[in-house]
This record gives sequence, structure tokens and C-alpha cells, in this order.
Amino acid sequence: MTQGQYVAAAYGVVFVLVLVYVVIIAAKLARLQRQTTELLELVRAGSVTGRASEYAEPVRGAGTRGRG
Amino acid sequence: MGLAIVLSLFVAPEDADQGVSQRIFYIHVPIALTAYFCFGLGAWKALLLLWRGSERYDLESYVAIHQGTIFGSLTLITGAIWAKASWGVWWTWSSNQLVLFLVLFLFYCAYFMLRFSLEEGPRRARSSAVYALFGVVLIPVSFLAIRLAEDFIHPTVFTREGPQMTATMFAAFCVTWAAVTLLAYVLYRVELVGKRLDADLRELREALR
Repeated sequence: MTQGQYVAAAYGVVFVLVLVYVVIIAAKLARLQRQTTELLELVRAGSVTGRASEYAEPVRGAGTRGRG
Repeated sequence: MGLAIVLSLFVAPEDADQGVSQRIFYIHVPIALTAYFCFGLGAWKALLLLWRGSERYDLESYVAIHQGTIFGSLTLITGAIWAKASWGVWWTWSSNQLVLFLVLFLFYCAYFMLRFSLEEGPRRARSSAVYALFGVVLIPVSFLAIRLAEDFIHPTVFTREGPQMTATMFAAFCVTWAAVTLLAYVLYRVELVGKRLDADLRELREALR
């Protein structure tokens, strides 16, 4: 191999590995987006009831104004 | 990054001693410095986790160390290619700089083995943080090894008299360093967002079950 080819190999390896990493991250983000959509569809369809209320923040200021 | 590649490959003058293979320097050294920085950042976040106890530092420390190992492997690969071009060998055990960097890299590779062998929770976060903090000791040792050991195989470019290169070479190096640091920062942010989103989705799925 010539010295120029070694230089090309060094820069090429960096480019390829960074590209592979970006592709992996992109695939992961696509999976997360798919899961978010699935969850959203479940919520919209009303097929989940679960423990969502346990996670909900308490409603403040709900008083008796207007009664009586 | 494009500007950095143009400067490194086409604008910077050819080195009188090493010839065209010296151009690997412009990518190899910034990547190595970024790897050190990522490991250091991971240790800093680990310290913050132990100090303040906030769980978000666990993920930040993990992502920084993950970035460090990626840039660490790139350092080893580009370094091996440069060694083959300049010295005629892919690796030499007689260079303290190389061996200590390998030790640092393997140490942080073992971080993942420790992390994934424990169950998720505060215990794993604390154990990982302590391990990450131990590794930070290796960073200055690895960085300064070449100066401490007066190693003649691995070249020393930055001395007390300043950088041993022309202004154009130094400018190309600085631009590449800035580009690699920016790339590392962007990758760090993207991975962190992905990990946080993943954790949030898991929690949301639990809540809706």
C-alpha cells in the first residue's frame, strides 16, 4: 500500500464508523417514534385504563365556587 | 467537518519528515483528545451523581463514556494505520503512550460489562459512577506518558515551546479539532435524547398498563 492509501484508509474508517453509528442512532429513534405512535393509538382507542391516575398530578384549585 | 477535511488533506503542506502519511495526524490527534474529553466528562458526571444524587447524571455519564469508547476505538484504528504507514508495524508494545491508551480504553470497555451485569436502579448508578471515577486517574497518566517516559517512537508535537509545525498545519489541526469536538457534542446530545425518550416511554408504558 502507498502512503496515500493509508491516509485514505484512516479518513475512510472514521467516516464509515461515524456513519454506522449515525445509522444505529437513527434506527433507534425510528423505533422510539413507532412505539410512541403505538402508545398514542392505544390511548386514543381507550383500550388502556391502567394506573395512569397514579401518575397524574393532583388538580389544584378545584373548589366549590358557584355552588349554593 | 468538510472544511476540516479540505484543510487537512489539501491545504496543509506536506511534512518534510513523514511525507503524506503525516496527514493522519489531523484526524488522529483531535479524535484522541475528544476521547480523553469524553472519558473526563463521564467521570465528571459520575462525580456529580455521587455528590448531588440526581439520577439524570447517571445517563449523562453513561452516554459520555459510550462516546469516549467510540472515539477511543477510532483513535486506536487511525493510530494503527498511521503506525503502519510511518513505522511499518500496526502496533508496538514499546510505546508507553499506545499501551496506556489501550489500558484506558479497555478500562472503560469494562465499565459496560459492570453496568450491564447489575440490575437497573440506584445501586447500578452508584457502582458505575465509582468505576467511572477510578478511570479518570488514567487520563492524565496516558496523556502525559509520552513526556514522562521520553518515548522517541511516538512523536511529540506540542512542547513547551509551542506546536512544532507551521501556521497552516496548526490552523488545519485546530479546525479539525473544533469539527471533531462539535461532532462529538452533537452525537452526545442525540444519543442522550434517545436514551431519555426510551426511559420516558418505558415509564409511560408502565403507567398505562
